[in-house]
Amino acid sequence: MSTPESVMKLSGTETHEPAVGRVAPHSAHAGDQPGRNYLNADYNLWSWLFTTDHKRVGILYLISITLFFFLGGAAAVLFRLELMTPRGDLVKAESYNKLFTMHGIIMVFFFLIPAVPAVLGNFLVPLMVGARDLAFPKLNLASWYIYIIGGVFTIVAVLTGGVDTGWTFYTPYSSTYGNTNVLAAAVGVFVVGFSSILTAVNIIATVHTMRAPGLSWFRLPLFIWAHYATSLVILLGTPVLAITVILVGVERAFRVGIFDPALGGDPILFQHLFWFYSHPAVYIMVLPAMGVVSEIISCFARRRVFGYKFIAFASLAIAVLGFLVWGHHMFVTGQSMYAGLVFSFLSMLVAIPSAIKVFNWTATLFKGSVLWNTAMLYALGFIGLFTMGGLTGLFLATIAVDVHVHDTYFIVAHFHYIMVGGSVMGYLGGIHYWWPKMTGRMYPEGWGRVAAILIFFGFNLTFFPQFVLGYLGMPRRVHDYVPEFQILNVMSSAGASILGIGYLLPLGYLIWSLRYGKPAGANPWDATGLEWQTDSPPPTHNFHEQPVVLTDAYLYEPWEPPAQGHLPQTPPQAHEPAVVGSEGQR
Amino acid sequence: MSTDFSFFPEAASTIAPRVDAVYLFILGITVFFTLLIAGLILSFGIHYRRGSKASRENPPTSIWLEITWSVIPLIIVIGMFFWGADVFVDMRTMPAGAMEIEIVGKQLMWKVQHPSGRAEINTLHVPTGQPVKLRMISEDVIHSYYIPAFRLKQDVLPGYYTDFWFEATKPGDYHLFCAEYCGTEHSLMRGTVTVMDPDEFARWSAQESRTLPVEAGKELFERFRCGSCHKGAGAGPGPALAGVYGSLVPLKGGGAVVANEQYLRDSILDPPKQVVAGFEPLMPSFKTLLSEAEVLQLIAYLKSLSVAE
Repeated sequence: MSTPESVMKLSGTETHEPAVGRVAPHSAHAGDQPGRNYLNADYNLWSWLFTTDHKRVGILYLISITLFFFLGGAAAVLFRLELMTPRGDLVKAESYNKLFTMHGIIMVFFFLIPAVPAVLGNFLVPLMVGARDLAFPKLNLASWYIYIIGGVFTIVAVLTGGVDTGWTFYTPYSSTYGNTNVLAAAVGVFVVGFSSILTAVNIIATVHTMRAPGLSWFRLPLFIWAHYATSLVILLGTPVLAITVILVGVERAFRVGIFDPALGGDPILFQHLFWFYSHPAVYIMVLPAMGVVSEIISCFARRRVFGYKFIAFASLAIAVLGFLVWGHHMFVTGQSMYAGLVFSFLSMLVAIPSAIKVFNWTATLFKGSVLWNTAMLYALGFIGLFTMGGLTGLFLATIAVDVHVHDTYFIVAHFHYIMVGGSVMGYLGGIHYWWPKMTGRMYPEGWGRVAAILIFFGFNLTFFPQFVLGYLGMPRRVHDYVPEFQILNVMSSAGASILGIGYLLPLGYLIWSLRYGKPAGANPWDATGLEWQTDSPPPTHNFHEQPVVLTDAYLYEPWEPPAQGHLPQTPPQAHEPAVVGSEGQR
Repeated sequence: MSTDFSFFPEAASTIAPRVDAVYLFILGITVFFTLLIAGLILSFGIHYRRGSKASRENPPTSIWLEITWSVIPLIIVIGMFFWGADVFVDMRTMPAGAMEIEIVGKQLMWKVQHPSGRAEINTLHVPTGQPVKLRMISEDVIHSYYIPAFRLKQDVLPGYYTDFWFEATKPGDYHLFCAEYCGTEHSLMRGTVTVMDPDEFARWSAQESRTLPVEAGKELFERFRCGSCHKGAGAGPGPALAGVYGSLVPLKGGGAVVANEQYLRDSILDPPKQVVAGFEPLMPSFKTLLSEAEVLQLIAYLKSLSVAE
């Protein structure tokens, strides 16, 4: 929506309802009776399995990705135990390879990619834009079923013998030589891609067409900007992955020469296709978490996000540049030297929008009023770990250094700093920040802080030694290693056990809070977003009255919460009288 | 538990200290910015904690801040790019007169063929002070030849030759790993690179008398009766092979290709792929008859024909 249009829409609204600035086109729904919300609107199982309520679909996703997270985590526990000793003695080589493959496939395709968009995005995008639901509620439900079908194929692949190709499915190993259940796993990955695509379509359509009156593009929360950018990447990238795994399946099943040179194919072609999706997929995993962090930092520093537009455009810049750097995964494959140099240069450029975000978040704290609560600990932890993950990416973009550290534990450490230190911290921060909204209950704050701190230190102890291991030259995906690498591996495994406890704690106290937590109230954090202007948990149709937006997002000034403890982005109390239509002012 | 432990790997090639220099530079940048961000978060977070008396007046809203923290990192990463690219270009530029060693990777094994005729498996002996070029190919899946002490790694592909070069500087035994996951026992596909003084290496090379690759290639050439078609110019149904290596070969259907090792290999194993102009695609494929190691021997023989002319 262009600026003049939004102003026009807004002033039109004001003409009708100048005193309160709200319109109420649909005020009474069956599920919107007092005391009724999306959780208790219906109790039977079918009302969940056939729901088209975006909030219920979000909860279905929350439950399923949590199961997959702990399944993938269990695999990690086993191989970290194996790596305590240099000899391959706890599990056989074959089992070890299946464990890290299962860990990778489950964590990437069934946890990290859907985590923030499908759980928090599903739940919050309509609430944040002031809509009743997503644009295509039935497609949204279909996306969950597709996710489950993909998950079933993957679980079947694991149960009927496992897969040992690594989550990257490199050919010709995956297409010709590996004699494990590659086809079933490939089908699982192929299918689950469509669930991401449907979620992305829904988010894009919703953001374009269903924003509340007055909610122009530059008044959107940065969470929405991040999800919008992510959805574009999903739409453009995921079909390429689908085509790639089909080609692997075709070569494997029908011996058609595509990737295997013995059949006349090109083994490197697979890597081009795979990374054309899978590098942008990194941004699919981390951009939504960045959106979460922008919300949390702003709320608990009680300051408008510093450089709102820079952060919004940085998301788009990352989405675009992310498609141009896949070749940095292939510096040592024998691709031409000049291609390598171009990819190295472009990869360097991705660092800039990421740096802009980090600096802006940090600056948001300056002259803020910082509350060190659980969600904020996760968000600040995110900034620290993402900074390290991003900076260590520079080693890999620097082509001469990448030749040495490529396919070593340096890579493993780097992408875990982005994926776990970034995405998982952001996801957990978001779960804690919006838990009161989703469930109507508060969790025990003390336990929350303990878990966040355990996770931060456990994470660093697990993955920092892996940077050192990588530069020493320990290759990844090895089940048996030379003895001088042992000390660092033991440190890493010790950290993993702390990390594991850190992840189990929220599972415990969040479930506890469902029954015993204090009622949260509509807006326990005194936050400004539209999602906080409705009940917790929200009614089935989200808002009792259609919200109308009169101001920019994050107007947290004055920095101390006022006496009434309420600082909405909407009227009635027009605390900043001059902001109507004042785009771009910070 | 092993006490043989260090934080930094040994450097034993001419390129290794240069890679380490770039690495340490980026490490410095990384440490600086990590401490900067962590320090700012902690100091802002504590100084401006909820309820503290610190003044919150006039918060900054400066476009110049945005420009500063965009442009300074941009300059730094472009600097990194050029430094890394400079070292990489030297890594990829093959020096003239390098000793060429041929390596065939197959699941769990690195087979090495020295020009002296000596062969070895899962070890590699090289002299100091002499550029060595490795030409590598895989019999099955993708492997990756990785010598951490040299800071060098190159994927080894099925069907395509890849290469890299190094000059070892320090005698000793160094780890050799396969860095690309290649199958069940991938982690055991490792060995030792032994760097020797040139004299010692010369003695080592002479220890076992083996057939030279050229001679083995000549024997294969005769056994498969290659010469019955590939006679002198215009004399047989196949093109003449003397002098073919390194020449520009015109192709049937237009275009031309330099007859390098890859072209010679493909012409033996997949003849219809690139047929020489003026000839019919009569040659059968030798894919099932020759191993990659034997193809390399044949190529060595073909190259010797070029030198002789």
